[in-house]
Amino acid sequence: MRPTRRGRRRWANRVISALCILCVGLALIPLGSILFAAFSQGLPALNLSLLTTSGPPAVICPAGAVCSSGGINNAILGTVLLVGLAALVAFPVGVLTGVFLSEYGDNRLGRGVRFFVNVMSGVPSIVIGIVVFSLLVYLSEANVIESRYIFSAASGSLALGLIMVPVVARTTDEALRLVPTSTREAALALGLPRFRTILRVVLPAAGSGVLTGALLATARAAGETAPLLMTAFGNTFDFAGLNRPVAALPLVIYYYGISGIPRYESIAWGSALLLVLAMLAMSLAARYVLARTRARTSTR
Amino acid sequence: MAAGLELAPGPAAEAVRVVRAGGWLRRWGDPLFQWLSTGIALAVLAALAVLTVLLTLRSELAFTAFGPGFLTHSTWNANARPPLYGALPFIEGTVVTSAIGIALGVPISLGIAIFMSELAPPWLRDPMASLVEMLAAIPSVIYGLWGLFVLVPFMRVTVEPHLRAQLGWTGLFTGQIFGADKLTAGIILAVMVIPTISAVSREAMVAVPTTQREAALSLGATQWETTRVGVLQFARSGIVAAIILGLGRAIGETMAVTMTIGNNNTLSTSLLSQGQTIASWIANDFLTAATSPLEQSALLELGLVLLAITVVVNVVAVLLLGRFFRPEEARE
Repeated sequence: MRPTRRGRRRWANRVISALCILCVGLALIPLGSILFAAFSQGLPALNLSLLTTSGPPAVICPAGAVCSSGGINNAILGTVLLVGLAALVAFPVGVLTGVFLSEYGDNRLGRGVRFFVNVMSGVPSIVIGIVVFSLLVYLSEANVIESRYIFSAASGSLALGLIMVPVVARTTDEALRLVPTSTREAALALGLPRFRTILRVVLPAAGSGVLTGALLATARAAGETAPLLMTAFGNTFDFAGLNRPVAALPLVIYYYGISGIPRYESIAWGSALLLVLAMLAMSLAARYVLARTRARTSTR
Repeated sequence: MAAGLELAPGPAAEAVRVVRAGGWLRRWGDPLFQWLSTGIALAVLAALAVLTVLLTLRSELAFTAFGPGFLTHSTWNANARPPLYGALPFIEGTVVTSAIGIALGVPISLGIAIFMSELAPPWLRDPMASLVEMLAAIPSVIYGLWGLFVLVPFMRVTVEPHLRAQLGWTGLFTGQIFGADKLTAGIILAVMVIPTISAVSREAMVAVPTTQREAALSLGATQWETTRVGVLQFARSGIVAAIILGLGRAIGETMAVTMTIGNNNTLSTSLLSQGQTIASWIANDFLTAATSPLEQSALLELGLVLLAITVVVNVVAVLLLGRFFRPEEARE
């Protein structure tokens, strides 16, 4: 009786281990397939004229005719502008919120703010989009802003900024709390006021964590599509001002991707490859920053 | 003053400089900085509150027109007189696709989490974690594009004809085969919740004290028995929180679903039917609705419903996580 039972237990152990490895394999299939599709479909579409010109391609191009091949220059610049503007506001706000949470938040108020920041980071991005839309419609009805701003680069940046703030705040909070209390005490004991302790000692010590959070937030914002549908809107022309609709890479991927027109779809894949490469670069950068700091601290 | 007291640049030198300099910053710097960071944090909260109130106000028109029936009407008809807007098909689509996503995603995620925290050799754990992170870093519109061009044709040609032939009797796999349908959208959601669920539940498993494992092993338990009794039991609430976080993500996912669900507003029990979720309908209809104040208001109410659902889901998850990790978090 006993040996068979032990045998069964061992057998169950092996089966479960195999199943776990199978799960890993199952998750890697879509990852591999997405990367393969992005490279195999996107590489042929990527060329200099795609990157340097703007506007949609000709729908059909008869053999021998000279027709526009289309370009995403305006979309690349639009995404950089949208994310850059959003980051300009969201980084300081997010980092200061994180500083509050970690350094001054050891009380009821701090716990409340942390709770809502956590909940806020789970709000779907499309809800952020319609919320920003409602705000701008309200403001334009109240004659505070021109109605042009409803679908504009400014509103798109606002939406992306709202998405970035909780990410930056959370990662800053976490990074600051990893700095040992003794470091703060050492600085305070030297006579540094608390704010200088935070700005000159604690924040630099947590620098790589904060930077990683900023990179993550930037990467996330650059790929967001849903909130831009009702804010930045998209544009086939070049940037024409903060109060005008602006093109963005994710919007090109979406609209060209569902167009059903092969010449458009090919540009969607080219843009997707570009976006994937940007994401990979940012996440590699984040890993590099983290790994370098870890190596530095462990040799000390 | 003696030139002998030269400090290397750094906190100490800074301290000496500040102490010598004195001035208003020394007196007011601390309270100013504390109020600045507190003020900003409160402003973030206030902004959230104001935006939620605004969204509620702007959906008032639809709420007075349809009342709670908005959630149970099954048609969205702008041409009816008076126009009738009901959210039932979208709610159904959201429930069905999220359920598929969770049903398929949870076992795979837990398998990955167990592998990463218990089975994998240490050198493999970090690379594994970054691969899973990559899955999270891919923008949802690219999932959508992949779904549209790779997964949808695969489902239409290879998977769904078999499902209909073998499992049609269950009533879940009937009707015309489209490829772009609730099942496909649910599968994409399963892939998209994997990074969230596996990362958070791995964290929960790693947080389990080693003594738990040692106790089980010393009683002669196999690795799997140790994991089940020592680790999974202990990390249960953290794992539940991870699943709920994944659910929140699935409910709110927009682009990948919009591009693969087929966009059809009729109710159907078949998973092979084209559908619509709350999020995908907002994305699809928003620009159409811009010309009609009532329809726009109805869409904003739909957004409010989505916000309410995801906030409730996330509140539950955050509370559970807090309860699970708090003993670890106690500091100073």
